[in-house]
Amino acid sequence: MGLRKAIRLRRERRLRQWRGFRKRRQLKPVANRTGQIRPSDVIVFCTLRNERVRLPYFLRYYRNLRVGHFIFVDNDSNDGTRDYLAAQDDCTVFTTKGSYKAAAFGMDWLNHLLRKYGTGHWTLTVDPDEFFVYPFCDTRPIDALTDWLDTYDIRSFPAMLVDMYPKGPIDAVPYREGQNPFEIAAWFDAGNYMISRNSHMQNLWIQGGPRARIFFADEPLAAPSLNKIPLVKWERSYVFASSTHMILPRGLNRVYDAWGGEKPSGCLLHAKFLSPLTEKVAEEMVRREHYAGSREYEAYSARLSSQPDLWTKWSERYINWRQLEILGLMSKGNWA
Amino acid sequence: MTVGFIMMCHTAFDRAAQVARYWGAHGAPVVIHVDARVSRHDYMALGRQLADLDNVSFSKRFKCEWGTWSLVAAAQAGAEQMLRQHPDVNHVFLASGSCLPLRPVAELNDYLAAHPQTDFIESVTTAEVGWTVGGIDMERFTLRFPFSWKKRRRLFDKYVALQRRLGVKRRIPGGIVPHLGSQWWCLSRATLSAILQDPDRATYDRYFSRVWIPDESYFQSLARLHSTQIESRSLTLSKFDYQGKPHIFYDDHLQLLRRSDCFVARKIWPKADKLYTNFLAERPAESVAEPNPSKIDRLFSKAVERRTKGRPGLYMQSRFPRQDHENGKTSAHYSIFQGFSDLFENFEGWLAKYVGARVHGHLFGPARAEFAGGAAMFNGCMSDSATLRDYNPRGFLTNLIWNGRGERQCFMFSPRDTQDINWFTATDPNAQISVISGAWAVPLFHSNRDFADIRREAARLQQIEIDHLNILRSMYVKARVRIWNMADFIENPMEPLQTIIDEISPRATRRLTEAPQMVDLTGFGQFLQNLRNQGMQPRLMGDFPVHGDLLTQPPRRGRPYLVK
Repeated sequence: MGLRKAIRLRRERRLRQWRGFRKRRQLKPVANRTGQIRPSDVIVFCTLRNERVRLPYFLRYYRNLRVGHFIFVDNDSNDGTRDYLAAQDDCTVFTTKGSYKAAAFGMDWLNHLLRKYGTGHWTLTVDPDEFFVYPFCDTRPIDALTDWLDTYDIRSFPAMLVDMYPKGPIDAVPYREGQNPFEIAAWFDAGNYMISRNSHMQNLWIQGGPRARIFFADEPLAAPSLNKIPLVKWERSYVFASSTHMILPRGLNRVYDAWGGEKPSGCLLHAKFLSPLTEKVAEEMVRREHYAGSREYEAYSARLSSQPDLWTKWSERYINWRQLEILGLMSKGNWA
Repeated sequence: MTVGFIMMCHTAFDRAAQVARYWGAHGAPVVIHVDARVSRHDYMALGRQLADLDNVSFSKRFKCEWGTWSLVAAAQAGAEQMLRQHPDVNHVFLASGSCLPLRPVAELNDYLAAHPQTDFIESVTTAEVGWTVGGIDMERFTLRFPFSWKKRRRLFDKYVALQRRLGVKRRIPGGIVPHLGSQWWCLSRATLSAILQDPDRATYDRYFSRVWIPDESYFQSLARLHSTQIESRSLTLSKFDYQGKPHIFYDDHLQLLRRSDCFVARKIWPKADKLYTNFLAERPAESVAEPNPSKIDRLFSKAVERRTKGRPGLYMQSRFPRQDHENGKTSAHYSIFQGFSDLFENFEGWLAKYVGARVHGHLFGPARAEFAGGAAMFNGCMSDSATLRDYNPRGFLTNLIWNGRGERQCFMFSPRDTQDINWFTATDPNAQISVISGAWAVPLFHSNRDFADIRREAARLQQIEIDHLNILRSMYVKARVRIWNMADFIENPMEPLQTIIDEISPRATRRLTEAPQMVDLTGFGQFLQNLRNQGMQPRLMGDFPVHGDLLTQPPRRGRPYLVK
């Protein structure tokens, strides 16, 4: 890396840290239980808005993996999300009325909190509709993974987004509170992912899945990125650059092997295509707080009315992480 | 007579205490060494936990750093204490705090009683070990290593390089033949006391204290001097991966560990509750089985292979090999047919009949990806959209081959199609590429377009095919490439077709009985002449007479290329 490039990347990193620092006053603590965090805890970081129905299962799922603490940023919910979270013993909740878009889609807030509370911990940054799956997650808790990563001095762990969808119209089966969303959205695309390398940030850029195939078939360049690095052993100097797709310093993005081997990796099962999606799309179309001028939501609202079924006869029904491993979406690497 | 354990501990003291208690309570004396860097608080706590057991004691503490003499010194101190305090101990077993006994102490005692004079210590000459990290094996014994490998890697490497250049060599004390092996051993009282009471011990200690990673060579080399019977294997099941880190056992390894019949396993994840409760439970000693770790060996060697070589042809979030380091550009063999679908009617249908393969149309066609059977989608939810495909043609091809694993993929190709994959397929050993050059002209010949258009299109396609053929004739080609010009091919189509099909399914003994139906070529020679008359030079078709057409020969019987 040339000197000029190093300076540029450093400036970008500093700028993002500064943005997070400047926006810290937007965050009002609702319940601050960060004093309870033990040194060995894995912490989940999450920004959300109006996700009350999904929360019970979300919390159960991650508690089950032995996550030690949750830190939420509530972006002005009005459906009881805030109070529900504030009542949980292992959750710290901040709230803000600030603009999600102006805060780099929530990343400024999270970067600040990650730096303040995540430093020295393994941190898992996810959305409320993302469920982290890693090798052996059915038999080994998440600290088995992080302990193992520690022995190899690995500081970041990738998990590609896998969009899950139901068979039939998306809004056909209503989601009940506490239910496993993948009982409804049980299907996914197994092998249509397109990968290229981003030389600037050294990350892989992955696109594909049902969203590319249905909503962006004519404009693949605009298809959403699916590469994510949600699990990071946080250091003060780290900062997420674009959602959890990229992180700085850029060495943390080198989660792939370039010499033919497989590094270990996981998946984030994405329960996005689940009722009530149509309402949510309608709301987001009005708020216009999402990435790239809410381009994605525009594409959804255009297509959801005419062709609401993402399912095809080649769709794969989700069973477990071993299935994802065999399909080549994730890898055990040298963890056995 | 019993076995005695030396335990080297530096973390996870609760687990170490649990294991020490298990051994102690079952009559095996334990000497615990606790790293001197461990806080006094933790040390005292461990002592209190085990205070009620009178056959568990603590040895002199050393500051243990990986790869240094301190580990040997600690083991020596522990062994001396064990031999002195417990005269009934016949074998001494060196273990660590993250070891877990898999079989009752009584079974181990029985096993050792059956081999009273045997020393179980992996001990291999430096020439034969393949697992040394950093490429240093014999030099461990002849160079000096004053700098820490873990903390001062640069200095370590520089100093090694300097010594190599200067040709410095330490003298190995007389009688010692350097041997290496796992640091977890089980030595008989006779051998161990001979090593510890050797009159030359001071010389050896001085020498080995400057050897790199002496805990893997001190006892391993000296046992060769004193032992009467060495069994060169460790009784501790301990596997290291390619980076020299020990593999770790978790709860889900329970059955595997149980069936391995090994006595002690390392390293156990401290939070693997199920393993600790299961293996430390009271069990009758009944098995006399030999340790058999082969299943576990296989599991871990597969893991290492996955990490270093990966699955050929897979491109994913944690495996994205750079060019020429793919270890398999694609995951399986596949065939590309260029010109065949132009020359023969329904060539796909004909081919599908003779080969057990999935035969696609023009996958890279300009309108859409023509999947087999006209499907709009293929395995893995691959879409037939040309835009999506051309966004990443190489990814499209590798995905297709990966998704179609278990079934050979064949597809048609032509200069009309997206050409971006040409270098990739030409350099892929999995590809079988068969080209009938010039056949792209046949659809033009049959079209009713304006002749000026046809001429322009012919020139364009010819240039594209020439570029492709240049790639296929370059020195970098790894694919199985066959090129015929059109005139040669139609003169005797059966022989090349049989060759291609035999290569696709070598075990099929089926003979080609019917030739694919060739399109009508009456007047093709005149068509080429017309192109020439318009100033375009068709160069790839071979020689077609202007008047009177080439007669295709009836298919010959028998394998024409087979010498009897």
